[in-house]
Amino acid sequence: MQKMLGNKKAYWIFVIPALVIYLVMAFVPIAMSGYYSTMQWDGIGEKIFIGISNYLKLLKDEAFLLSARNSLILAVASIVGQLIPALFFALVLARNVKGEKIYRTIYFIPVLLSTVVIGQLFLKIYNPDYGALNAILKSFGFKGQDWLGDKRFVLASSFFPIVWQYIGYHMLILYTGIKSVPSDIYEAAQIDGANERQMAFHVTIPLIKSTMKVSLTFAVIGSLKLFDLIWVLTKGGPLHASEVPSTLMYTSIFSRMEYGIGSAMAIFIVLECLIFYFLIEKLFKVENITY
Amino acid sequence: MKKIKPTKVLLHVVLVAFAIVQIYPLLFLAFFSLKDNNEIYSGNVMGLPKEFHWSNYENALFNANVGHYLLNSIFVTLIVIVVSDILACMVSYAIARMRVKANRFVKPFFSIGLMIPLHAVLLPVFIMLRNLKMLDTYQAIIVPYIAFALPMAIFFMIGFFQVLPMELEESAFLDGCGIFRTFFTIILPLVKPALATISIFTFLSTWNEMMFAITFINSEKYRTLTVGIMQMVGQYTTDWGTMGAGLVVATLPTVVIYLLFSNQVQSGMVAGAVKG
Repeated sequence: MQKMLGNKKAYWIFVIPALVIYLVMAFVPIAMSGYYSTMQWDGIGEKIFIGISNYLKLLKDEAFLLSARNSLILAVASIVGQLIPALFFALVLARNVKGEKIYRTIYFIPVLLSTVVIGQLFLKIYNPDYGALNAILKSFGFKGQDWLGDKRFVLASSFFPIVWQYIGYHMLILYTGIKSVPSDIYEAAQIDGANERQMAFHVTIPLIKSTMKVSLTFAVIGSLKLFDLIWVLTKGGPLHASEVPSTLMYTSIFSRMEYGIGSAMAIFIVLECLIFYFLIEKLFKVENITY
Repeated sequence: MKKIKPTKVLLHVVLVAFAIVQIYPLLFLAFFSLKDNNEIYSGNVMGLPKEFHWSNYENALFNANVGHYLLNSIFVTLIVIVVSDILACMVSYAIARMRVKANRFVKPFFSIGLMIPLHAVLLPVFIMLRNLKMLDTYQAIIVPYIAFALPMAIFFMIGFFQVLPMELEESAFLDGCGIFRTFFTIILPLVKPALATISIFTFLSTWNEMMFAITFINSEKYRTLTVGIMQMVGQYTTDWGTMGAGLVVATLPTVVIYLLFSNQVQSGMVAGAVKG
């Protein structure tokens, strides 16, 4: 037995293919991004080493600062707009409501849709001339708006589908967390005369704190990384009004051929995600509860 | 007779209302995929189509080439699932079961991978592919997709192997069965349920991936659905029906799989979250 499972040759045969693919496609590229971020480079000519100048430039670049601010707004919007309704529906569905499974199945559907599809769909909903949203507004006598072309509305209009799409995801995460609480705890609370609301706030929520932290981490990191939906809806426009760091990174690299500064943005996104990850870990230290 | 509490009624009203919010955009899509522009421009944007224009689907599948993109997506996704499943199984078996010193750095190596966003590697992988003259080929997206499917799959499989009892392997080894034969004939059949879960997870992330696809693929021949639809936009912006039909075709496989395996899909997606 020990001979079999201590067989070094077999071990490496099992491990090496995945290790090589992963090294070449993930670890080496990250190092390369770090390297490019210290260069002035248009992708074709000579690379000129400029140290941390790219990063310093970013800190003074208005479009970039705006994009970073937008992604933080989105993070807050996601926490409020996703986690609160998700927690509510998770609590309700986990308490054996009639039709629990059907509701759960339906609520989760938007999560599965491709962002390209959701983006195209919302382009049709927001269409200023024939879109569904303006049709509703007009039927109530209001004026239609150019939801994605107007600087005043574009941020809210492009963030709404993102927040909407993942409510069902967080609901399911929290629901699973609630379901893993053993039922005798609820029975005990019921015997003590707790009503549904008291049980939710004093029994369930304290017991699923670690699951809630997972949801929180996901909502925040997902917002900081967001690319797809903004790209489909606005590409960051009009005039950077809906820009997020990843869309700006993309246009810097592939439209303006600024490989150095684009890489600095990529590294910024990675670091920002890591910082927020550890921040959430530190701020919401919860011990894992085992039953 | 049981008394119906008003709070209970209110609760169900809220539940149904939210169900409509979640499902209506999809219905809106299905409806306009069957309308012609006259109907939309004359004001029926949201409701059921008056006439069903199935020709929109014919137009999307053949003239706008969505049929071809669909086949590409299926091809790419299948290869990614099969290869990443096999590789992930091998690695996680080695990590979970075998006692080799190198384990101390191999395991954290893949755990770190869970945290790497695609953005961070986009440009270097693009340059790498360009230098290898591999841009705009199937491999250009298949290989990176496999790489980025691995950490999650490995994480999930390790957990599965750790709770799998060892008796079967022990008796296989005692019968003189080698480690590879044991792995392929005894272990793999046992992990089928776990494979189903990670396959679904990989399916969804591969099928819907956009950033790599629009960057590494350009020509008609290799476009997957996400790229194809992004390219369709320019030409078919004003043709709502055809665009809608294309979107339905891109979505249908996911929805069908979901309706068939809704429990596995849900547990797979949650497993993906709890990785932390």
